[in-house]
Amino acid sequence: MSDTKTPQTEEKTNHIGLTKEAYGGLPSTLCAGCGHDSITRHIISAFYEMGIKPHNVIKLSGIGCSSKTPAYFMSKAHGFNSVHGRMPSVTTGAILANRTLEAIGVSGDGDTASIGMGQFVHMIRRNVDCTYIVENNGVYGLTKGQFSATADPGSVLKKGETNDYPDIDLCSMAILLGCNYVGRSFSGDMNQMVPMIQGGIAHRGTAMLDVISPCVTFNNHEGSTKSFLNVKKNDIAIHEIGFHPYFETPEVDLKHGEERQVELPDGSVISLKKVSQDHDPTNATEALNMINESKAKGQILTGLLYANPKANVSFRERLKMVDKPLAYQTEDECRISKEDFEKLQRRLR
Amino acid sequence: MSGSEIINDMSLQFATVNGTGSQSANNIITKAIFRMGIPVGPKNIFPSNIQGLPTWYTIRANKNGYRARKKELDWVVCMNADTLIEDIKSVEKGGVVVYNTDILPKGFTPTRTDVTYYPVPFTSLSRDKVPQVKLRKLLVNVLYVGVLAQLLEIDREVVESVIKDTFGSKPKAIEANIDAFNVGWQYAEENLKKSDPYKLTKMSGQNEDLFLTDGNSLAALGSLMGGCTVLAWYPITPSSSLCESLIGYWEKFRRDENGVANFAHVQAEDELASMGMVLGAGWSGARAMTATSGPGISLMSEFVGLAYFAEIPSVLMNVQRMGPSTGLPTRTNQGDLLSTVSLSHGDTRHVTLIPGTPDECFDFARISFDLAEELQTLIMVLLDLDIGMNIWNCKTLNYPTDSFKRGKVLDKEGLEKMKDWGRYKDVDGDGVPYRTLPGTDHPRAAYFTRGTGHTEYATYSEKSEDWTHNLDRLHKKWNTARGMVPKPITIGKGNKVGLIAYGTSDLCMAEALDQLSAEGVKPDYMRIRAVPFTAEVKQFIEDHERVYVIDQNRDGQMFNLLNLHLKEGRLIDKLKSIRHYDGTPLDARTVCNEVTGKEKAL
Repeated sequence: MSDTKTPQTEEKTNHIGLTKEAYGGLPSTLCAGCGHDSITRHIISAFYEMGIKPHNVIKLSGIGCSSKTPAYFMSKAHGFNSVHGRMPSVTTGAILANRTLEAIGVSGDGDTASIGMGQFVHMIRRNVDCTYIVENNGVYGLTKGQFSATADPGSVLKKGETNDYPDIDLCSMAILLGCNYVGRSFSGDMNQMVPMIQGGIAHRGTAMLDVISPCVTFNNHEGSTKSFLNVKKNDIAIHEIGFHPYFETPEVDLKHGEERQVELPDGSVISLKKVSQDHDPTNATEALNMINESKAKGQILTGLLYANPKANVSFRERLKMVDKPLAYQTEDECRISKEDFEKLQRRLR
Repeated sequence: MSGSEIINDMSLQFATVNGTGSQSANNIITKAIFRMGIPVGPKNIFPSNIQGLPTWYTIRANKNGYRARKKELDWVVCMNADTLIEDIKSVEKGGVVVYNTDILPKGFTPTRTDVTYYPVPFTSLSRDKVPQVKLRKLLVNVLYVGVLAQLLEIDREVVESVIKDTFGSKPKAIEANIDAFNVGWQYAEENLKKSDPYKLTKMSGQNEDLFLTDGNSLAALGSLMGGCTVLAWYPITPSSSLCESLIGYWEKFRRDENGVANFAHVQAEDELASMGMVLGAGWSGARAMTATSGPGISLMSEFVGLAYFAEIPSVLMNVQRMGPSTGLPTRTNQGDLLSTVSLSHGDTRHVTLIPGTPDECFDFARISFDLAEELQTLIMVLLDLDIGMNIWNCKTLNYPTDSFKRGKVLDKEGLEKMKDWGRYKDVDGDGVPYRTLPGTDHPRAAYFTRGTGHTEYATYSEKSEDWTHNLDRLHKKWNTARGMVPKPITIGKGNKVGLIAYGTSDLCMAEALDQLSAEGVKPDYMRIRAVPFTAEVKQFIEDHERVYVIDQNRDGQMFNLLNLHLKEGRLIDKLKSIRHYDGTPLDARTVCNEVTGKEKAL
């Protein structure tokens, strides 16, 4: 058991007056050192810093090690550990019933890239309002170490077996499908991940984050491309990412020459300061090329690969649902009038 | 004709090719008979195809109110060259054949001497007399309506009124149809000599309180009035029209002038996703449903188990078609009873409502949303293709004025009062716990939903005692449901022989009971309307020496389900199985023959 609880800071609170502890969850039951636990901490930080009321959050997952993690953050939020690969549909339904909820979905690479590929694709197609995090370790942990569909070709299993199938690149896929908030990160990179999750929360529609999260038990050996060592060695951050929430006055020094900015619907701003290359986050083609080129070199390109919040309307907006959640519609709001009811029948005589 | 007229008692079949527009003509004639006050029951036997394959439409018109399909055909109208020879063979002795002389197979001559032939050159008539070139193919069907109306003495004005109502806002269509109808009528008047005994005349006392529609649209209307706000679905015959009807009602009545909707419908990527969306919505507090059939039910199986075990209010309407596998998508069957009641892995049982009449399609759909929330579980509504897609006679529906029963939902204040709330804790002894909705602003509102083992407080558990405690409570809930579901309906009392049927089998039962009485077997009849079985079911079996259980499936699924649930050998021994599974709706003669045959063999 490893601990995901953040150390107590002396009564520090966020802008809605909650301490970070209010965003905590149960102790993790994952293996000590699991990348997923780091991601859990980043999720807690992001929601805390955004000042989202925990009871307004719904946290959903599929099945697998990653999908256990919603129990380890925000105990004051309703959680739903659904079925393998099908969390997107459950999230879709939950958002339809109550459009005021803030959804976070946690999935794994088996969940997303294999059994749930169909739902992943269609969640993006609909642009369902959700921050969707894939905790990607290239391996099925809970069933003891089989390859997943995101395992890189040539990668070697602990048992010695070599993967000779091509990997499915979830970021490229998401961009091609029209997802307009796509990022890749590494579980160990708090500075990159926290603002990226914050941006995902501020974004309307699906925000997809593919996070390489090493499995210490089944995929952390020599020959694995998703081991801590290999990821650290080949992690190339495109930019340094900063998040400036809507409730804070924007800093004057935001517009440095080498910074790019992404404005989010709630007024928050993401700033991107070049590290390895100057990338226009609204250019999907450039993003796809960069991903391919870096992969050919054995690199893992991380950062906000594509963010174009205005490119698509979110599912909630598209459906033009009434403000009052469908969950609370009354008899009078649901039923048609007696006159219409009788007219319907008369017409069929 | 001499004195042996047969008035308001016939079965009529139109043999056409699908995709040629015969449906509209068939509906016109059905409605005209209905408006003449004659009890009428239409059945559409159609292929899983869009254009070019044979299709049959049967109309039963019967003054006694027998509206079920009759096996024996009195009239056939042959409009399909491919099936013409077989269609002519299918007519009863003394019957009537109307046929299109322009489509006869090479060398064909009518040879049956025991039927009346009315040859009509429909194709050339339509070519010569229908001015609208593009409409000829469609209107050729209205020509046969005219011919039939003249021969059967169907009221001309009634037909015109039906045509006017059918094409309401399209004056050109009304005119073209009425003209074509008149061409047919005139041809019959001038060229055919009435030489058969069948006649339809106006009557009263049967149809006054009825209207004509299909069960799918009634289930949709019931869902609307039951407060459904979320629909997730995947198109599949024969359930698609249920979803499409609901969407139609919503779009018409529940979108305001600014385009804002208080409903949401999603055409999902598959049935797994539609069920997942329904569960997400039900968990989040909306009244949500999906409808599907055969293969879709199989695909939903995993989520259905989660709905049962995580106790999520939800509604699944299964409009049954023929299986296994793709089966016969456009034929009717009751083959999903067992799989529906116990769908998914492990110990699962689903409360299942089985409407047998059109008004029950409305009512059961409506109350399913109350039951789902009151019992916090998935409610199955089991229809079939026959009631879902065929036109039935529905009695006038009363406007529902009752409140939605939202069940045990704790809001902020409710949580304040209940100090020791546990999501899966049985506080009231009925097996139904209390739930909270996401978004409830209270520090104790949240809980974690999962399909894995859990405690009363919704925490993860692999402990044996937690597991059995939970499963036993779910069974207690099942027994609570027993007292809430629609009770069976019984006709007759005190006879030795009992009949049990369910769903659409009911349509032929009045006629079957009359036939059986005439043959000296006087049975009592019970129609089961829900699972779990209520106490009345056991009592009915208790009260009879022999009970025939009628199923529209090969394996006698209701017979087996009764066996499984009754448990007592002395009751089980009384049950005998009658099965019908050729894809056609059940008919009275089949029931009567099966029962008398088995009675004689005793």
